[in-house]
Amino acid sequence: MTAEIGHFALILALPLTLVFGVLSLVGAWRRDARLMAVAAPAATGAFALVVLAFACLIALFVGNEFTVQLVAQHSNRNLPLAYRVAASWGSHEGSMLLWVLMLAGWTAAVALLSGQLPATLRARVLGTMGLIGFGFLLFLLFTSNPFERLVPAAAEGRDLNPLLQDPGMVFHPPLLYMGYVGFAVAFAFAIAGLLEGRFDAAWARWARPWTTVAWSFLTLGICLGSFWAYYELGWGGWWFWDPVENASFMPWLAGTALIHSLSVTEKRGAFRSWTVLLAILAFSLSLLGTFLVRSGVLTSVHAFATDPARGVFILIFLAIVIGGSLSLFAWRAPSIGTGPGFGAVSRESMLLANNILLIVAMAAVLLGTLYPLAMDTLGLGKISVGPPYFESVFFPLMAPALFLLGIGPIARWRKAELPQIAHRLKWAMAVAVVVALLLPLTIDGFRPLTSLGLLLSCWIVASAVTVVLDGLRGADGRVALSRMRLMSPSLWGMHLAHVGVAAFVFGVTMVNSYETEIDGRVEVGQAITVDGYSVRLDRLTDVKGPNYDAVRGVFTLSHNGQVLSVLHPEKRLYRSNGQPMTEAAIDRSLARDVYVSMGEPLGGNAWAVRVHVKPWVNWIWLGCVLMGAGGILAASDRRYRRAARADVASRAAVANA
Amino acid sequence: MRSLKFLIPLVIALGIGWFLYAGLGNNPLEIPSPLVGKTAPATPIALLNEPDRTWSPEQMKGKVWLLNVWGSWCSGCQVEHPVLLDLARQNVAPIVGLAWKDRPQASKDWLAKLGDPYVLNVSDQTGKAAIDWGVYGAPETFVIDKAGVIRDKHIGPLTPEVLAGRLVPLMRRLQAQ
Repeated sequence: MTAEIGHFALILALPLTLVFGVLSLVGAWRRDARLMAVAAPAATGAFALVVLAFACLIALFVGNEFTVQLVAQHSNRNLPLAYRVAASWGSHEGSMLLWVLMLAGWTAAVALLSGQLPATLRARVLGTMGLIGFGFLLFLLFTSNPFERLVPAAAEGRDLNPLLQDPGMVFHPPLLYMGYVGFAVAFAFAIAGLLEGRFDAAWARWARPWTTVAWSFLTLGICLGSFWAYYELGWGGWWFWDPVENASFMPWLAGTALIHSLSVTEKRGAFRSWTVLLAILAFSLSLLGTFLVRSGVLTSVHAFATDPARGVFILIFLAIVIGGSLSLFAWRAPSIGTGPGFGAVSRESMLLANNILLIVAMAAVLLGTLYPLAMDTLGLGKISVGPPYFESVFFPLMAPALFLLGIGPIARWRKAELPQIAHRLKWAMAVAVVVALLLPLTIDGFRPLTSLGLLLSCWIVASAVTVVLDGLRGADGRVALSRMRLMSPSLWGMHLAHVGVAAFVFGVTMVNSYETEIDGRVEVGQAITVDGYSVRLDRLTDVKGPNYDAVRGVFTLSHNGQVLSVLHPEKRLYRSNGQPMTEAAIDRSLARDVYVSMGEPLGGNAWAVRVHVKPWVNWIWLGCVLMGAGGILAASDRRYRRAARADVASRAAVANA
Repeated sequence: MRSLKFLIPLVIALGIGWFLYAGLGNNPLEIPSPLVGKTAPATPIALLNEPDRTWSPEQMKGKVWLLNVWGSWCSGCQVEHPVLLDLARQNVAPIVGLAWKDRPQASKDWLAKLGDPYVLNVSDQTGKAAIDWGVYGAPETFVIDKAGVIRDKHIGPLTPEVLAGRLVPLMRRLQAQ
């Protein structure tokens, strides 16, 4: 019954989204208040139906309902409960239902929190989101129904891919999808704005917190994915430039450009058509990501389920959404106007440069991701594009962007003076240069690229500190902490996120420059030594997990003779499908990770063991968490809500006058 | 003129869309073998039933034949097995079975249980021969002509469609030469 209830809930949600999508847009066009009023309750109702469907799916997985095809394929009686829940989004069908759930959730949130918006704008935003939801429900029901029954039923499920049996699977996809799908709100605002012909500061102020929150979720989702790959894949890498990683990274780059461009639109009324284009781009890239992962046009470690029929559907959907919105853009954007001008040196010009660099970087990633596909299609052979390409184009583009990141927050709007900026930031630069030159010397001598990375990282922190101190300085020139309250959360959020970027750059620089690794044959009782760390294999034990058998190594980690910890890496063999998995064991600290993984048994008591020492690697994810937290802090700024109310009040006053 | 620039994003998107559409027909798993068009590797391989004796592709000279790489551990091989039996019954061309990274006893049990479509069975326990042949995974099937040159390679389970549409016509053409 549960499967049928879930299926039925989705079938009910389908016409509901279509009806409210169309009615709101028609209502806004004809200025019919009754039609527009349908959107908010209908959006909430659609959300409730999708939640019901999703709850049914989880119940099926938890209850080992192997009469349902999806459950039989992706779960197993012996799978621990948390992974049975997570298995509900571990398949193509389930992850698409998660997509729809997130979209319905964002739509309901907009419906509940957009009371202050002008009625037509609100109806158009909700209407656009309703139609997107309709498209995805259509996709779900016709090509990827998660509630398909299996006749005859399976006695036992095939189990979840062992790679996915990890706490990362519980949190990574929901966070990532929150971000991906959250850009639908920015997209809907852009479409509503184009239809409305309205792109003033108020529009940007409404769109901004939504976009920032979506961006924060995407940041945290990518961060968690990278952290997971780091400890689960067992190679010690944290980013592989895999097509699916790129698929999530491209919307992130476009979204980063978008949140910066939106700030200009809000504060100065400039960059309007550019902001709209970025909003369309960010969501289009999210959809493209879905297409790339789900259609099978690219191979990837992530492409768990691929099917060309689904690819055709997503492609048609993509053509309608992206083609339609870009046509609307081409038609309406010329009348948007460009907004006020700005000087060659100004905060606007720096944000423009930042935007261009981010978008060029995004285009480079897109090119690298689609290049193999294009070559294959043009009959020029099968090739793959690897990390060397991405690294060689990406880093030169990011270095100037990071340098600008230090200056941007201090530059005035409209027109800034370079000498004045240089005067204010001279100490920040001096500190950064000294640290960047001296730090590598204290380790193992001068390294230009390490120094460049450290320079950019220290520069960002030092200039953020300078700006904050200047803000806390009173008329008498003294720094007073009591002034902290005067700085808005959005300002603190910005600085926090920027410091997060610095922490990220620091982590990447240090781990790329100073990581060491060793592979060796280790027998019980023997030790392997790298970089002062000694890892001794004390014994091997056989472990029976809930759904796997494993050999577990007990390793003692010591540094210069002092015992630090005992590590337990495993080599698992999953019973249901005989798939082997390497579970690395990591001794973590802020300053370094020691990463131990077991390779192959070499006969007798000997194993091939790999040990990495990764200095400061955790700062990579720490930086991402700071960025995400900064975004959420910035979006929490009461200004967005207060300003929205004030705007409504002033409009009412004008109307009454 | 000024407003034409707003069409640029649309044009770029349409261009990318075309590639994606065309790309749907591609199969990224299909990797062309660099060995197609080259002489089959001459490495001798141990016979499954008489491990002391070896066989080498030389001995098939003058015939058009298939080399099928399989293993009792490989689920795809189980899928293609009935297709191979069918092909053997039709007597189109001799099929040599290469049991790859498999315990000989397991290979023998498999053939005894499911039927033996092969004229000859060789066993590559270490996987060395498979490296020479450029095998990515099992099952894989090679078509070799009378001169001992590899003419085609199919990755993944053989299906009646692949055989009827590609491999059998190719073998007939090669036999006529």
